Formats: sequence, C-alpha cells, structure tokens
Amino acid sequence: MWSVAIKMLVGDRGKYLGMLMGVTFACLLITHQEAVFVGIMTRTYSVITDLGLPDIWVMDPKVQFIDDSKPMRDTQLYQVRGVDGVEWAVPLYKGLLRARLADGNFQSCSVLGLDDATMIGGPPEMIDGRLEDLRQADAVVVDIVGAQGRLAKPPVLPGEKPVPLKVGDVLELNDHRAVVVGICRSSRSFQNQPILYTTYTRAMRFAPRERKMLSFILVKARAGQDLQTLNRRIEAATELRALTAREFRMKTFWYFMKYTGIPINLGIAMFMSLVVGAAIAGQTFYTFTLENLRYFGTLKAMGASNSLLFRMILLQAVMVGIIGYGIGVGGASVFGYFASGTEAAWRIVWQLPLITAGVVVLICSLSAAICIRKVMRLEPAVVFRS
Amino acid sequence: MQALHSKKIAVSCQGITKTFGEGANSVQALQGIDLEVMVGELLMLVGPSGCGKTTLISVIAGILDRTEGSCIVFDEDMQGMDTSRRTRFRGENIGFVFQAYNLLPTLTALENVAVPLLILGRPRKQALIRAREVLGQLQFDNRMMLSLPKDLSGGQQQRVALGRAVVHKPRLIVCDEPTSALDHVTGLKVMELLRGVALQEERALVVVTHDARIFNFADRIARMDDGRIKSFEQNGVNHDS
Repeated sequence: MWSVAIKMLVGDRGKYLGMLMGVTFACLLITHQEAVFVGIMTRTYSVITDLGLPDIWVMDPKVQFIDDSKPMRDTQLYQVRGVDGVEWAVPLYKGLLRARLADGNFQSCSVLGLDDATMIGGPPEMIDGRLEDLRQADAVVVDIVGAQGRLAKPPVLPGEKPVPLKVGDVLELNDHRAVVVGICRSSRSFQNQPILYTTYTRAMRFAPRERKMLSFILVKARAGQDLQTLNRRIEAATELRALTAREFRMKTFWYFMKYTGIPINLGIAMFMSLVVGAAIAGQTFYTFTLENLRYFGTLKAMGASNSLLFRMILLQAVMVGIIGYGIGVGGASVFGYFASGTEAAWRIVWQLPLITAGVVVLICSLSAAICIRKVMRLEPAVVFRS
Repeated sequence: MQALHSKKIAVSCQGITKTFGEGANSVQALQGIDLEVMVGELLMLVGPSGCGKTTLISVIAGILDRTEGSCIVFDEDMQGMDTSRRTRFRGENIGFVFQAYNLLPTLTALENVAVPLLILGRPRKQALIRAREVLGQLQFDNRMMLSLPKDLSGGQQQRVALGRAVVHKPRLIVCDEPTSALDHVTGLKVMELLRGVALQEERALVVVTHDARIFNFADRIARMDDGRIKSFEQNGVNHDS
C-alpha cells in the first residue's frame, strides 16, 4: 500500500506542492534565522576566535565581554609571566580609535596592538604585505572589509566607486600618522568596524594616554598543563581573571544573550517562521486529509486496518517532511554560500540542520497526528453517504 | 424459490434494529429486519429514500454496528469480532460497489482495481496481474486500464468499481445504487456485467437501488419502507413479509 499512499500524496500536484512549500518555507526560514543568529553571535567574539594561539586570556575581573576592556597595569604582565605553568604571556591592546578620512569624516576603528616582539594576535590571513612590516615606522595593517568600505578613499570623479585603501596609503589615526603596510582578512566583528593591527607600543602612542593601557594578557600554557589549574594559579597570583579562550567566548556570548535584544528579536522571528511554516504545512495536510476522507473511508470499508492507514498517513507526512527539509535547508545553504563574504551575518554549523530537522519532525508529526486522529475516528459507513 | 432454498445461506439477519442518536432525538432506521440472502443469489433492496436500505447493507457489510438482533454472514457474526479480525474478514469476504464509484482519483483504473489485493498484503506485481485479468473481463483495453478515473466515462468508472469489488474473489458483494449515476443503456450494461462477472455460484450479491429499470436483473427483490421489509418478490411473485 506504500505506492497507493505515495500516489494519493503526489497525484494531486497542486496540493502536494502546497504542502511541500509549507514545509520548505518553514525549513528555509528557520534555518535562515538560526544561521543569522549564529552568524551574529559568532561575530561578537570574532576577535577571540581569530587569536587562535593563546590558551588563556587574562583580564580585569570586571570585564564582561571582549569589547569591555578594563585596562590593567603593564607590570601585571610580568606577574603573569612569573606564574608556574606559563609558557609565554604577551600584552594585547584593544580599543576604539578615530581615523580621519581623506574627505574629512571620522571613522571609529577597532585597533589591536600586538606584542612588538612576537606579533602574537595578528590577523589569520594576510592578503597584501607582511605582518612583520608592522615593525616599520607608523605601520598599520588594515582588514580588507574596512579597506574597501569605510576607510576607502573618496572617488576621483563624482559618481565613481570609492578607492580602496592599499599598501602605502596614509591614514590619520587619532591625530597620528599611520601608514598602511598590509591588507589582511579577519573575521567580521559585531559592530562591523574596520580593524587595524599595529604593535603594542605604537598602539600606546595612537591611543589617548591613560594611566593603565593593557587590555588583555594572552597566555600560552606549557605542554601538558591543565588550563583550569593554571587559571586558578594566575588568578591567585595576580588577582586578575583568567579564562580559557572557550570560556571567554562563552562569557561574551552570554553577555550579548543577556543584555542585548538579539535572542528575543531573532527568537521571535524564528518562532514566527515556525508558526507560519507549521500553519501552512499543517493546514494543507489537514485539507488534503479532509478531501481524501471519503477515500480513506473506502479503504477502511474494503478492509484497510487503522494501523495500515496510520502508516500510510505517516509515510505521506515523512515524505513531505524529508523533501521539504532537503529543499529548505538546501535553499538556505545556497543563500549562505552567496551571502558569505558580504555584510550578511550568516553562519551554518552542524547543529542547525539537526535543530531544523527536529522542528520539521514536530510540524509533520502534529499535522499527521491531527489527520490520523480524524481517519481513526472515521466510520467506514461514511462511504455510503453520497 | 425452491432452487434457492436448497442453497447455502450467505447472509442471515434476524430482528435487526438500528437506532441513531439518543433520547428524544433518536431515529430508528431499522425496525426489526429479518432477511436471508442465499449463495448465488442477487437480492435487490428497494424502497423510497430514507427507508433504511443503505443502513441495512452497512450492517450486513460490517461497517455499521446494529443496535439489536443478529446478522450472520457466511457463518460469522462480524459484530462479535474484534476490530482487526472484523476488518480482515471484511477485506477478504466482502466487495463494495458505491453509487459515486469512490475510485481513488490519483490511481489508474488498473491500480484502483488492485487496491483490495494490496490491502490484503498481496505483492504489487501479483495484484496488478490479477487486476489486469479482471479488467480484461470487463472489456477494458490497455489504454483504458492506464487511464485515471477522471479520464473515464461514468459507465467505465462503474466498471472499474465493479472490477475492484470482485478482484479479490469475495463471497458477498454489496452495491449501493450502482446505476443511479448512469444513463439507461450504460446502467443496463453495468448490470449485465454485474450479473455476468460478479454473480457466481459461491457468491451472493445485495444491491440497493431505486432504479426500476434494473429490477429484472434480480433473483429476488426486498421492498423496504420505514425501516422494515414490507415484501419480497421473486420472479414476479409478491410475498408479503
């Protein structure tokens, strides 16, 4: 009877496509919203992700997330270096500085000051120039998005496109001369500001002078060193907060979850897409069953058991679910492919298709359950009612 | 009459009543029906609308529970069976022909005829071979066998329904107004086929109809009114009930 169930489903193309569209759109919308959510949230801690080398981030105990730097004394770096189990520890400056553009406008930039000696904390990929060139006078490395976007020079002629920054161009950073020595690719940040890399010492010069300037201390643990033990040791020795990179990512993530409207707003959008998808799919599936009630009754009269009809409806729901899921998630992935490298915050991780699959199972189960209930209660004698 | 009495009883109903609803709103559709249908007999149930004909064949076919009385079909009381056994018994022993054909619109004529065999768990290939054989007897060519019901005329659709009713070789076939949606000539053809293909020595047919033009195809006619059988007619002889 599987073939009969499938033919009943796909034979009426209009209704079949309607059901399929419902599930497909539900999957597309849900996966899209999930991916946007993940994309936005991963941008909140993109700096931590890009700095893959250190195991531990040491910071002021009051720091709540990556952009909430509360400067420490430079001497605290030496305290950390003295803790048993620390392979190395380097300073990192992270702050927002104003760049003056060629057209006179100002643009806030995220500036990362890297350890002068090791350059630990540099961008993941250099597109033009070399990271070592940061040792040149007034040198900065600019991320490609900033170089082509907000930091781009005005067009030569009106109506033309802005001219991207390139190696050799000069910027004015907080009233200091900065020379572009490299263009890099780094993960986009939550605020999507241009990212400038320079040395720690030069960052001190670019930034307005304060008593304390050290934003973070990046620590590499010795091989075989338990990170939690080392964290506790650093905290005991310095009275600072030491977090593994993962813990700091999660701290940042939960800060944004708790104190911004992102989860509630995206959550509402996801919920709405779920409701709309479920309503379309459920309603169409229910209508399909109602219109086929006479035929289910006929099958029942001819000897089809409730369990056989149950399996037939379940097969129909599973089939619509699987095909709709495939097209929906596939469509969302195609969108993600074209959205990558743009401003769109879109990131799909392996858990998302599973979550969407769970939602589809829910939608199809609910739709099928309503229909099955209707068919189970159907009196076969209905077939004689004209 | 004598010949029929020497045959085995296919259906035996005694004192059947059927009440729909409860209390003041209840309706008694059947009020003490006594009826026997013999194997090899075509019995027609006739009478005005609302007299209980369809309710009676629903009870006989085991798709509606009676309120009182007994109804034995081939020595089995379906109401006493559990649901799965009753469904199985119905699937194996009873064929249906409906007024509105009730063919699955997305299946071809061939596949529609094969449905009862598929319900009984026969392999699809085997079911389609048997369905092709039956449709051949009903004068269907290959093109018509592969047509969807919407592409067939009313008479052709009723022939498909007839094929579906006999394909699994049931011992009882119940037909509800099989000719009411057909013109006179087509109706007569369908009845000829019904008698020729469906009626066999080991099988009984119960046909509900309003259509006086087909009464002469019956072995016996039971006239119903107001939930009761008023009379039986056999070969033109009237016997009051």
